Amino acid sequence: MSQIAAHYSYWITIFLMVAGMYILIARGNLMKKLVGLATLQTSVYLLYIAPGKLIGGTAPIVAEGFATYSNPLPHVLILTAIVVGVATLALGLAIVVRIREAYGSIEEDEILALDRDAADPAD
Amino acid sequence: MLEHLPALQVVVPLIAAPLIVLVRNRRFAWLAATAASWACLAIAIGLALRVAEAGTVSYALGSWPPPWGIEYRVDALNAFVLVLVSLVAALVAPYAWTSVAAEVEPDRQYLLYAMYCLCLAGLLGIAITGDAFNIFVFLEISSLSMYVLIALGPQRKALVASYQYLLLGTVGATFYVIGVGLLYLKTGTLNLADMSERLRTVEELRPVLAALAFITVGIGLKLALFPLHQWLPNAYAYSPSMVTAFIAATATKVSVYVLLRFYFTVFDPAPIFERLPTREVFIALSVAAMVVTSLVALFERDVKRLFAYSSVAQIGYITLGIGVDNLASLTGSVVHLLNHGVTKGAIFLLLGGVALRSGAVSMSVGSLAGLGRRMPLTAFGLVIAGFSLIGIPGTAGFITKWYLILGAIDRGLWWLVAVIVATSLIAVAYVWRVVEAAYLRPADEAPAKRAEAPLTMLVPALAMTALCVYFGFETSFSVGGAREAAELLLRGVR
Repeated sequence: MSQIAAHYSYWITIFLMVAGMYILIARGNLMKKLVGLATLQTSVYLLYIAPGKLIGGTAPIVAEGFATYSNPLPHVLILTAIVVGVATLALGLAIVVRIREAYGSIEEDEILALDRDAADPAD
Repeated sequence: MLEHLPALQVVVPLIAAPLIVLVRNRRFAWLAATAASWACLAIAIGLALRVAEAGTVSYALGSWPPPWGIEYRVDALNAFVLVLVSLVAALVAPYAWTSVAAEVEPDRQYLLYAMYCLCLAGLLGIAITGDAFNIFVFLEISSLSMYVLIALGPQRKALVASYQYLLLGTVGATFYVIGVGLLYLKTGTLNLADMSERLRTVEELRPVLAALAFITVGIGLKLALFPLHQWLPNAYAYSPSMVTAFIAATATKVSVYVLLRFYFTVFDPAPIFERLPTREVFIALSVAAMVVTSLVALFERDVKRLFAYSSVAQIGYITLGIGVDNLASLTGSVVHLLNHGVTKGAIFLLLGGVALRSGAVSMSVGSLAGLGRRMPLTAFGLVIAGFSLIGIPGTAGFITKWYLILGAIDRGLWWLVAVIVATSLIAVAYVWRVVEAAYLRPADEAPAKRAEAPLTMLVPALAMTALCVYFGFETSFSVGGAREAAELLLRGVR
């Protein structure tokens, strides 16, 4: 039990990961899919950052009286990953706007139906 | 200057992109993109020569020594990939001028060139870097620019194709970064060479195997490993012609390189191949890709989608080499990166010319009727590249299949030889559909006069087609380089 409780950050990570994947797969609305995608990416931030922190650890500056240091590298990596996530989300939203302009809908099944209708007369 | 070649390989196209956006002129944009592509080819060849002469080149970016800083590391394997990517770029960039002018609105064209440069920088970066997290960053640089390039396609379907690729591509990259995170937790390093050494002493294998699973699925999505290829046909079919040719020839190949790098040099191959059914899984997925998507291609109406499905099948041949896992088959895998790259590049470049002349946004196989009359050189090029796709002796495709079959025989997998031959026959059938339409079917409309694609498009396309034949006869670079890369993979050291 204490094993499970001690690793609570991992449980949150796994929950976010699976929830994000579920929204991505189960929802037909293009905006909601992006919400799922962002959730999935956020779970990764936690996966990296949480193990970098040591209880009682300080910033890695060598000084008298401090022996345990937290690892700063995961934070830097995730700073990059956050930028990537923001760029992906921005591009995804921009494409959704363009899809709305072109199709008049952001529901996946309606868009696919519109494409099918457009393809049929061409046969 | 010369010792900075590894950094320049990525920096040149990376600088070209913002310059293009600042100048906002489409002629300058095209000139800058072409110059950057040619510079990349020169740098890649320079690097390959240096690797052949002096062995692995290591470059400490910003003079931070590895494993602390980011290391660029060029060996026989990625020198080969760098040459492939920049060779394709050097032929696609001059082609782009006329093709893009016809397919993209004038005020968006300079943005296309900027995205193309970013995509090139990303792909070269994935290949050259020796840092696991840096691969993720470059993967996203190339992917994000690729989504934009696809969305610039002339039909509205391009937007949906781009959106679907964005979702699946980001899931792939996220899975990859989860895998790298687990490896980082286990080893405390991101440098691939350093990680490889530390992974060999790891006792608790479960997190390592979880990382392997995440990386395999993540990169499998990016390289369109069957059945993770759902994004690929639409992405290829609806993007602008020049973009299709560029990403079909390079993007999936670079992802295959990442997979090879992780399977053979980063992870300890012994537990992966001995304790897990890795060989069986790769052989099963590859055979499924070769058979199923070839059959889909056989019944596809749209020409670009037909060849897109054929791409998934061809990626099956590449991953088959990983499953068979010996020197001959891995040589076949690596050389097929190049051979399939130039073959598919040639086909899509030629189809771009057909699209320009027909003026239609989508081409059915039937619309190629009479092509042999209207565009004899283009039709002839399609036949030659088609031969290479099938693997007829004297073309690049034959070399690959030869080595794959040698590898399969070496393992005693005779049924696999039969599958390779059978899927080649399916390829004969779908290439024949195109040839039949081009030469034997009369055009519906009044006899069109001869109208080849403009020379700026025809010359790069035919040059790429000539490469399909060149690499079928002169194999000292292609097979020689691939064999060295395969030996390096099997030694398992970087």
